[in-house]
Amino acid sequence: MDVKDIIKEENLVYSKSKVLTDNIMHYCPGCTHGVVHKIIAEVIEEMGIQDKTIAVSPVGCSVLAYNYLDIDWQEAAHGRAPAIATAISRLHPEKYVFTYQGDGDLASIGTAEIMHACNRGENITVIFINNAIYGMTGGQMAPTTLEGMKTATTPYGRRVDLNGYPLKITELIAQLPGTCYVTRQSGHTPAAVRKLKKAITKAFENTGKNKGTSFIEVVSTCNSGWKMPPVKANEWMVENMFPFYPLGDMKDE
Amino acid sequence: MAELRLMKGNEAIAEAAIRCGCDGYFGYPITPQSEVLETLMARMPWDETGMVVLQAESELAAINMVYGGAGCGKKVMTSSSSPGISLKQEGITYIAGAELPCLVVNVVRGGPGLGTIQPAQSDYFQAVKGGGHGDYKLIVLAPASVQEMYDFVDLGFELAFKYRNPAMILSDGVIGQMMEKVQLGDYKPRLTNEEIIKRYGSWATTGKTADRKRNIITSLDLDAGSQEKFNIKLQNKYKEIQDKEVRFEKIACDDAEYLLVAYGSSSRVCQKAIDIARGKGIKVGLLRPITLFPYPSKAIQELLPQLKGILSVEMSAGQMVEDVRLAVNGKVNVEHFGRMGGVIPTPNEVVEALEEKFIKA
Ligand SMILES: Cc1ncc(C[n+]2csc(CCOP(=O)(O)OP(=O)(O)O)c2C)c(N)n1
Repeated sequence: MDVKDIIKEENLVYSKSKVLTDNIMHYCPGCTHGVVHKIIAEVIEEMGIQDKTIAVSPVGCSVLAYNYLDIDWQEAAHGRAPAIATAISRLHPEKYVFTYQGDGDLASIGTAEIMHACNRGENITVIFINNAIYGMTGGQMAPTTLEGMKTATTPYGRRVDLNGYPLKITELIAQLPGTCYVTRQSGHTPAAVRKLKKAITKAFENTGKNKGTSFIEVVSTCNSGWKMPPVKANEWMVENMFPFYPLGDMKDE
Repeated sequence: MAELRLMKGNEAIAEAAIRCGCDGYFGYPITPQSEVLETLMARMPWDETGMVVLQAESELAAINMVYGGAGCGKKVMTSSSSPGISLKQEGITYIAGAELPCLVVNVVRGGPGLGTIQPAQSDYFQAVKGGGHGDYKLIVLAPASVQEMYDFVDLGFELAFKYRNPAMILSDGVIGQMMEKVQLGDYKPRLTNEEIIKRYGSWATTGKTADRKRNIITSLDLDAGSQEKFNIKLQNKYKEIQDKEVRFEKIACDDAEYLLVAYGSSSRVCQKAIDIARGKGIKVGLLRPITLFPYPSKAIQELLPQLKGILSVEMSAGQMVEDVRLAVNGKVNVEHFGRMGGVIPTPNEVVEALEEKFIKA
């Protein structure tokens, strides 16, 4: 049965972006990945750039992101998406190239690649999902895991004397002259979703104007890794993540 | 008009890349191959042909840039020397797994570890047996002259695209650094996106248009059954390459009773060794594999009836000798002679080894 059989055309106030495929997402209920995928799909559709967008997905929970957005994709080795995107963008300068990366991918194993791609000012957009944990491998400590936070490899909570400090990589990225737009957003309320969509639109527009690297961190939840139901996870994120990772623009040139 | 130029092996790689219509080169400095990137930067091909040249932050980044460019259907390459090639193994296995065409040049130096900067052939196993994780193979070309360094860039790309498989030029510090006369080819224009699609099909990420499904470049398959099917497909491809793409050179083999098997710079040493040995009345010939995968096993087998012994000469502890023994399968005695760590054997040493292992024994 089609939507049209259930809801009359004039009563239809919302429909799924055409850029989203019909594949059932593998993400856990409440996971931020799904929200961000939806927003990216909407932005691509609204900007009319489906045939000009090439995405690079990471190793992490979003390794299968190419199943959900109807655009050309390259799947990267863990952490290397910015290097891959560098070549795609330089060889296809007219295309909109973005990477989609988790915190383990971007801020741990791929630190060198993200720093240098941003510092070269590669004309790409980076979407950085910071859920403070390694979701895919079963909830181990990430570089962004908060002090005291329990994970599979910090079962008594992250200790800075043992594990070092949580890494505010977006603040580092904002220092790099190659970046033109660096912002930290979230997607846990309708208002936050609207702001995030604006940010992603601006980033893609920057790519269209050849302005250099746009970098969007999305402070996110991981219900299964955090071992919390979705609503509780959102509350925990607001109370604990936002004070350490404050939302807002760090750079907009 | 053929243009002749005196140049280093590494410079020949760079010049060949520009002239064969390469779209992108991504590299990181390491001795003894830094002249490839240096020559390209000095030549500024982006002005001439539009070729992209980039000094990456590491070999890891460089090989992943190659992945990205190859995934766009472009002719892209990288070069390095042994320690850098070890770092590139991650990217190379992903490229093989995603069935992407590309060219990787290894100007081998002595190892293990940081080793030396002098020439060696101790990366043979890494080059022909896979190198990274998983069941995969590279097409491996072994140049023995600066001319072949030049020629094998175009040939490497041709084979890489024909089979959608990474190709490697396995060279060494001698061939990379020495200067010889090179006959340069004409410029081949770089292909446009439309030409790429026409020639190779539309599997690459060029932007999803309304007339086709989205293209996905990936080596991931979570289902063991279909991953096995994919592996079988890869193995069939390697078999086809083994059947069709073997290349080798035979020197003084017609009446030979003993055979030297050597590739790259060792084969140059062996040519001189043949002259010395024949001067002493020893009937010896040389088989020089040009492709290391696919290996010229059949060519060796065909010579067996006339042979009393085979000496594999390598600048290693004895790596290729295993492939010679596999080909010979115990029918003739196969021995190894080599120097290691960056030391080049002399022709006299090769002749002495031949006498010691076969004639005196
Ligand atoms: C080289 C390599 N090391 C380790 C892994 C295993 N691995 C897969 S996903 C992952 C962590 C991903 O975490 P993150 O980037 O935070 O993304 P999330 O799953 O939370 O979305 C790791 C360590 C791998 N695939 N490759």
